[in-house]
Amino acid sequence: MESSELKRSKDSVNSCESARRSSFPDEVLERVLSLLKSHRDRSSVSLVCKDWYNAERWSRTHVFIGNCYSVSPEIVARRFPRIRSVTLKGKPRFSDFNLVPENWGADIHAWLVVFAAKYPFLEELRLKRMAISDESLEFLAVSFPNFKALSLLSCDGFSTNGLAAIATHCKNLTELDIQENGIDDIGGSWLSCFPESFTTLEVLNFANLTSDINFDALEKLVGRCKSMKVLKLNRSVSLEQLQRLLVNAPQLAELGTGLFSQELTIREYEELESALSNCKNMHTLSGLWDATGIYLTALYLACTHLTFLNLSYAALQSVELAKLLAHCPQLKRLWVLDTVEDKGLEAVGLNCPLLEELRVFPADPFDDEIVHGVTEAGFVAVSFGCPRLHYVLYFCRQMTNAAVATIVQNCPDFTHFRLCIMNPGQPDYLTNEPMDEAFGAVVRTCTKLQRLSVSGLLTDLTFEYIGRYAKNLETLSVAFAGRSDWGMQCVLGGCPKLRKLEIRDCPFGNAALLSGLEKYESMRSLWMSACNVTMNGCRLLAREMPRLNVEARGGMPRHLSLLSEMLGTRQTENH
Amino acid sequence: MEGSGVGGSESGSMSTVSREDNMVVSSEDSSCPDESDLELGLGLSLGGKTGGFKMHQLSKGGQFARILTAKDLPSVISAASPSSSSSSSSSSLSRANVTAGTKRTADSVAAANGSSQVVGWPPIRAYRMNSMVNQEKNMATEGFNSTMVNHKSETSMVEKTTAGIGKYQNNGNIKLRKSLFVKVNMDGIPIGRKVDLNAHESYEKLAKTLEDMFLKTTSSVNPVGSMTLELGVMKKITRPSKLLDGSSDFVLTYEDKEGDWMLVGDVPWEMFLSSVKRLRIMRTSEATGLAPQLQERNQRQRSKHN
Repeated sequence: MESSELKRSKDSVNSCESARRSSFPDEVLERVLSLLKSHRDRSSVSLVCKDWYNAERWSRTHVFIGNCYSVSPEIVARRFPRIRSVTLKGKPRFSDFNLVPENWGADIHAWLVVFAAKYPFLEELRLKRMAISDESLEFLAVSFPNFKALSLLSCDGFSTNGLAAIATHCKNLTELDIQENGIDDIGGSWLSCFPESFTTLEVLNFANLTSDINFDALEKLVGRCKSMKVLKLNRSVSLEQLQRLLVNAPQLAELGTGLFSQELTIREYEELESALSNCKNMHTLSGLWDATGIYLTALYLACTHLTFLNLSYAALQSVELAKLLAHCPQLKRLWVLDTVEDKGLEAVGLNCPLLEELRVFPADPFDDEIVHGVTEAGFVAVSFGCPRLHYVLYFCRQMTNAAVATIVQNCPDFTHFRLCIMNPGQPDYLTNEPMDEAFGAVVRTCTKLQRLSVSGLLTDLTFEYIGRYAKNLETLSVAFAGRSDWGMQCVLGGCPKLRKLEIRDCPFGNAALLSGLEKYESMRSLWMSACNVTMNGCRLLAREMPRLNVEARGGMPRHLSLLSEMLGTRQTENH
Repeated sequence: MEGSGVGGSESGSMSTVSREDNMVVSSEDSSCPDESDLELGLGLSLGGKTGGFKMHQLSKGGQFARILTAKDLPSVISAASPSSSSSSSSSSLSRANVTAGTKRTADSVAAANGSSQVVGWPPIRAYRMNSMVNQEKNMATEGFNSTMVNHKSETSMVEKTTAGIGKYQNNGNIKLRKSLFVKVNMDGIPIGRKVDLNAHESYEKLAKTLEDMFLKTTSSVNPVGSMTLELGVMKKITRPSKLLDGSSDFVLTYEDKEGDWMLVGDVPWEMFLSSVKRLRIMRTSEATGLAPQLQERNQRQRSKHN
């Protein structure tokens, strides 16, 4: 390009047409844009001008739809003709906790029908909280000859028969990732449906299933899929069987064991230890059901390069965890049960200086009669030892404002702060005050905060803090908190980047709901249940916002569930 | 869920908004002046708002009211019948639907625990809850069985050492010791503890652990402030003496599988393990029904130590 042409294009920066004539041909622009992966960047690009919008839509191969009701599959197909990979999310997150009735919707089938017609070369489908039937899985399996990757997370409506269809028909499958779904586990014969000639599988995760699988078929499958990187077994696979699998798959990068508890001879133990330590590429370890101190020792040699350790199905005691962590110096992500107690978390602080993410799940969430679990002391101990911590999910039975202030002082880089004090509305147990100052400290100190879940006794002051300081907050979860509409109004009036707001059992009513009209334009979803919203309020909202999808359930006006979903991004609506 | 379980019980037709409900609501809430152009559509096929996209349904009986905007709705009010929906809605939570059965189990876990649970709280994924339920069941049944196995062949017990597996004998098997956690409560302390009986080999060791737990000031974690206070007070009252020989103000008792409360120490250790359900550190003054055995045992203990 000559410098004079360049100058001309700069001068006519507002006129895409002349710029187009003098500089980029469409193909070049498309090629450049095809390198863009982030869907947010792509959205921005598509807003520049009509040509860029077109170049973007022709070059896009992956589409992410965060709310399946925000747009129809026909519109998606019309706008993006060359999609190979789709990610779809359906139900509201609270459906994970049984707050959304069955048959709510988010069924994938209508999408599959459109995709079969418009995207016959579809390769990947990743679904979260969608309803998918066996018929749909079979339809998927036969409709897309190039299909490579299926990931189902927290979905329901299907059984192992659907998996059998996938195994039977998808000749090019590289990924089958079945996680935490409401799956009807009829039996393990689906695994035998992979043909003998099939060798392409790289990711296999069936940890979700409970029934026995055909181990022979599994062993052969793993043996011939030499590119397998991720293997996550279910509980039915024993230690002995694990050893046999590992001997044939030392290249594994991510391993999910089966049941980690079985009587072994010394020889069998040593073989297991050896097989585990031979997996030199292993960076992620999970499963470990019922793991006890005795067999954890077999893992020691394998943990040297571990970056992610998921012990959330192993009820370890503090000493066992401490011993194990001494062998995990590279750990970045750790999930544990609260059976490790504060002492176990002290060991985390001592042994894992590189830790970035910690999740502590309650082993016994309903038993209030005994002393158990973790307290604020454990969290504080971790914060002292792990300054890089930026993601935490912490279930506990007591907390103090002072402890949280210390924690965020030690770890100011939190992006995800999810604290669950399990007794609803519980104050600071030392001062008996609300936990307002704790979350005030979080939002003031952690300027990068994207996701926040609050708990404990909270007044409107917490929400004043959030609205005022949480400039990067995108997701907020609130339960049993607040005093009046003012709280929710503060959040809706502040938090410039808010996308998802979920609220349950709070005294927020119509005034609060209706104060967010402007905010809802840029949000993905709002959930309110067991609040003070009435049907009239919903009606008003629906009338004021014609593009908003509002759903309300319930007969008693005080107890309406309200789910409102935005109609996708602006640009999709015009086409 | 219907408002944390309120809807189903308090109102027969909790799920639908009939014409009457509309009017009731609007008379209560005067903030909505003009409703004539905005109607509620109920029922299965509400039509799509976005290019003919069919919304997937929505349970039978019109359990939902999906409010659409004025231009999407017909001008005629359609009121769904409330008759069928109340039964379907209230039973949907407890219906053992095969696909969602796994999800519902989470709530039945809560219910089984006896405490008054809030639906969906704490926010743990149903999948994880179910795993916990299964884990507890497995440990409960296996724990019992394995104690018998373990204690039959004492010589092949494993000692956990820092080096690794530890010793083994006989046929060279590493025998697994499952946990057998039971609750322990002490009179005067509202919050109890749990102790793993299988981690102790004898009454003496168990008593020592319990004394450490309850009769001395606890070391690292002691969350319940009042407990510390009580313990501090108790420490002055009771000398740190053994629970088994009757010299302390407290005795160790247990509830067996038949529901009877017995003094700990009367039967062989293995038999104790197979019948114990939970422990209670009882004030000696209250252990009156057990007193004769207590005296008898004290004599036995003393004669043993001579």
